[in-house]
Amino acid sequence: MNKIDDISGTEYKYVGTRPVRPDGVDKVTGKAQFGADLYAPGMLFAKILRSPHAHARILSVNTDKAEALDGVKAVLTYADLELGDGGHDLEDDMNHVLENVMARGKALYDGHAVAAVAANSASIAKRALKLIDVEYEVLPHVTDIEKAIAPDAPIIHEDMYTQDMDPKPEKPSNVARRMEIGHGDIEAGFEKADFIFERRFRTEAAHQGYIEPHACLANYRSDGHAEIWCCTQGHFMVRSACAALLGMDLSKLRVTASEIGGGFGGKTTVFIEPVALALSRKCGRPVKLVMDRDEVFRASGPTPSSVIDVKIGANKEGVITAGFAELWFQGGAFPGSVIDLGAMCSFACYNLENVKAIGWDVVVNRPKSAAYRAPGAPMAAFAVESALDDLADRIGIDPIDFRLKNAAEEGTIASFGPKFRRIGLKETLEAAKASDHYNSQLGPNQGRGVASGFWFNFGGTTSASIKIELDGTAVVTVGTPDIGGSRASMCQMAAETLGIPYEDVRCIVADTSSLPYSATTEGSRTTHSSGMATVYAAQNAIGVMCSRAAMIWGIPEDAVDWKDGHARPSGANAGDFEPMSLAEIAKKAHETGGPIAGHCEFEAGKVGQSFGTHIADAEIDPETGFTKIVRYTVIQDAGRAIHPSYVEGQYQGGAVQGIGWALNEEYIYGEDGRLQNAGFLDYRMPVCSDVPMIETEIVEVPNTGHPFGVRGVGETPIAPPLGAIGNALSHAIGRRMDTIPMSPPRVLEAVNGG
Amino acid sequence: MRYLAPASVDEAVSALAAEPGKTGILAGGTDLLVQMKTGLIEPDLIVDIKKINDLNAIRRENGGFRIGAGVSGAQMGEHAELARAWPGVVESVNLIGSTQIQGRATAAGNLCNASPAADSVPALIAASAVASVAGPGGTREIAVEDFIAAPGQSVLEKGEIVVSLFLPSRPEHASDAYERFIPRTEMDIAVVGVGISVDTSAEGEVKNARVGIGAVAPTPLLVNEAADAIVGTKLDEEALERCASAAMAACSPINDKRGTIDFRIKVAGALAKRVAKRAYCRARG
Ligand SMILES: Cc1cc2nc3c(=O)[nH]c(=O)nc-3n(C[C@H](O)[C@H](O)[C@H](O)COP(=O)(O)OP(=O)(O)OC[C@H]3O[C@@H](n4cnc5c(N)ncnc54)[C@H](O)[C@@H]3O)c2cc1C
Repeated sequence: MNKIDDISGTEYKYVGTRPVRPDGVDKVTGKAQFGADLYAPGMLFAKILRSPHAHARILSVNTDKAEALDGVKAVLTYADLELGDGGHDLEDDMNHVLENVMARGKALYDGHAVAAVAANSASIAKRALKLIDVEYEVLPHVTDIEKAIAPDAPIIHEDMYTQDMDPKPEKPSNVARRMEIGHGDIEAGFEKADFIFERRFRTEAAHQGYIEPHACLANYRSDGHAEIWCCTQGHFMVRSACAALLGMDLSKLRVTASEIGGGFGGKTTVFIEPVALALSRKCGRPVKLVMDRDEVFRASGPTPSSVIDVKIGANKEGVITAGFAELWFQGGAFPGSVIDLGAMCSFACYNLENVKAIGWDVVVNRPKSAAYRAPGAPMAAFAVESALDDLADRIGIDPIDFRLKNAAEEGTIASFGPKFRRIGLKETLEAAKASDHYNSQLGPNQGRGVASGFWFNFGGTTSASIKIELDGTAVVTVGTPDIGGSRASMCQMAAETLGIPYEDVRCIVADTSSLPYSATTEGSRTTHSSGMATVYAAQNAIGVMCSRAAMIWGIPEDAVDWKDGHARPSGANAGDFEPMSLAEIAKKAHETGGPIAGHCEFEAGKVGQSFGTHIADAEIDPETGFTKIVRYTVIQDAGRAIHPSYVEGQYQGGAVQGIGWALNEEYIYGEDGRLQNAGFLDYRMPVCSDVPMIETEIVEVPNTGHPFGVRGVGETPIAPPLGAIGNALSHAIGRRMDTIPMSPPRVLEAVNGG
Repeated sequence: MRYLAPASVDEAVSALAAEPGKTGILAGGTDLLVQMKTGLIEPDLIVDIKKINDLNAIRRENGGFRIGAGVSGAQMGEHAELARAWPGVVESVNLIGSTQIQGRATAAGNLCNASPAADSVPALIAASAVASVAGPGGTREIAVEDFIAAPGQSVLEKGEIVVSLFLPSRPEHASDAYERFIPRTEMDIAVVGVGISVDTSAEGEVKNARVGIGAVAPTPLLVNEAADAIVGTKLDEEALERCASAAMAACSPINDKRGTIDFRIKVAGALAKRVAKRAYCRARG
């Protein structure tokens, strides 16, 4: 499939095709090595002791009996971890990460790590955990946002005073920080409104639900150097965090990313890696640590739960006159929920004259939240897209037309500040309006919902190198773990740039010692940033190959051009030489100056935001509250789909995760502050039969900042589903749904008028 | 921990009776192994009953079916006569877990695990199933509705095992059905489960009925009032409403992570009507 490029006007041979992914065969034959698949001679097995209390002072930890057990090689408590200088490249406060990895002084949530054991076998380690005596003084706890911000709430951090408040608060509270964005005058805007929607929305926390639990193998050597093998979205991040938490020199730690069984943002921080490394340092043996599923639920990083008040006004013509949202996100027991991102995403889809969002970062006795696809966006979009749906109904305008009338476009000043460059929201809305789905009939007990969504997409520190082999093939090396088929995309972009077949390019994810720093695979940055670095590294190698051809031909370097995988004289004046292929130049490398390679290290900028519009049809069983999603369509601007199948896969995956979150997934805490559903039986992710085939449409409005026009696509697909399904259900029931998940008991209550 | 795979029921019973520590009986292991893995139980002795040949067959007896305690759900599903006579029981077993789980899981294990939400139990109750038990003191027969004492606790004494489940013969114009409510479409645990068996006259009047409900009380229940509501009727709307009300009145559920009291009761009523209709339609062919 050849395609005309809007940016450069050239035809693409590999970009936009659907070749087989290089890691595919290993994955379907079981040969791929994941986090728990590595074994080392003399390896020990570690287990972590976790707090059964939501909030408790740790009076003492006695490990004597555990240490005396035969087969136990090391026991770890917080005293073995001491923060060094480091981790400044990471967003998280390292003090919080340290305290989250191993409780100090207080256990702050059910599942908080208190001690760890490394032993000859997992069963000995398990037995040893039971021999550790922890004396707790149980404290009052709070796991719910509205209770945590109430005046009489138990205070989790006695020294926490809400930041960025004027005047400064006099008393500590569970609110870590206030933030605000916006422009215009919302009061004046509401005055001009003919219709106003105002309501409180709530969403429960969801977990990323990756199939592979966190797993690592750490080996601390007697010379002070160490290695970690682990499943992570960012091994450079693991290196920085572990070195900081153990007070090590960064350069003495080498981290290799294994294949990864899903991350979705949940593997962008550390939980067990510092523990395994510290145990290994204590006993001088390699230590393997693998979380059980219940540990993943209790003690990794789910999303924040949220409470959102939204107020939107519009006039009779369907123009939004003002938008206001106040959002409370709990990020678990530490500050740093993604409240800023949530507030910024709230109104990102719309061109508003008057807009304001206020965010509050709340702490509760729950595990420290981590990123989950488009962190913060789905909850904000749920509230705002529900409001828009209601207003469209009241104004009497089609919900897509209403969005089109107010949609952000090139030149729109976003509520969070910047002016958008060329974006594709309107194109997705128009495609939705024209789709077969939107124009199809609904059956009995069915409702249809539409919602749009947004994600920024990240750039950031990136490097890539490419080497040209003597046999005329190329190997691309990147530092961003492949969590969605990115190796295939890198190969396509390199093949396109070099002008050699896709099959002649391989891509590997190198360890932290083999490549300069690369930021984590997160924020939908990898195909954009590592892709750019790959293209620039390939161009760099092309420069070398052109100079080799120039040398062979005896003409100046700048008289050689590169086209279709060949060096050619740049014009008639340069000389009359037969074009020389990459393979021919590669073959002569050792006679013309040695190996040929290219590299790129840079700060990737020029990200292109991605917008999407979803259509959901939901059918309810009015007697049981059971909801079935009968049809679902994702339409999103990809900028350029390097590998359309993987773009579609991202759209489908985001929609399915959104369906799960909208309907059944939730963190359920008991009165005792303990997590009630730490397993896939009662944490209800959708199974195959729960979802329809997700229909997709890729819109391509190229990002002019990327050589092939790429925008990230991984996160936007989870922004609209809560809103789209909420709207569909609200229409099916005839009542506005305002609480996620919209589980059968809630739906039945709404059907019965509750 | 020791593992024993006896070749006879006697051997199994003596080993279990003689063990001073905690014991676990391994049929399909789909409950037992999960409970061991999560640390819920730590048996000193495991007795695997799937190696006892006698327990691995479905036999015809007095027109009915004797289902060995080692028979998997998949085996039951593949038994054409059983599926024709007791489609409700078979469907209840065949929605347990997944294809993989059904290859191991047994109906006897589902019963002995004594969960209030066990899927096959309401269907077995509706089917008047009887468990044959062997123990150090000999054998005894226990009706399924009397088998579960409390959540996770059966009436079995130390050393006793279930050897088989017996399903009686079926007259003409009789059938059964089972349905459960789960928030997903599969791989879930019943929030409410209803099994109903009906036996109808040539004219289509319900002669006998039995209603079993699960997940709405500490143990699965036989609800005679719900059965009485449809006996003597042709399952008109009013009879169905009365059946639903009786089923709802029998519920004493709790509020928990799987559903609220109000929700479970309402759904029990809705399911009672649906399942009665399905059983009746099957009985009428
Ligand atoms: C993924 C998954 C999904 C599941 N889905 C469902 C579901 O949808 N519905 C449902 O009801 N259950 C479900 N279960 C639970 C389980 O599969 C069933 O309860 C199953 O029927 C148990 O049978 P088993 O043969 O595997 O029992 P086992 O695990 O072998 O035994 C269960 C218990 O009964 C005792 N026991 C077994 N046989 C005897 C005997 N002959 N005499 C005395 N005691 C005995 C054992 O000691 C143990 O306590 C699921 C389990 C899993 C792992």
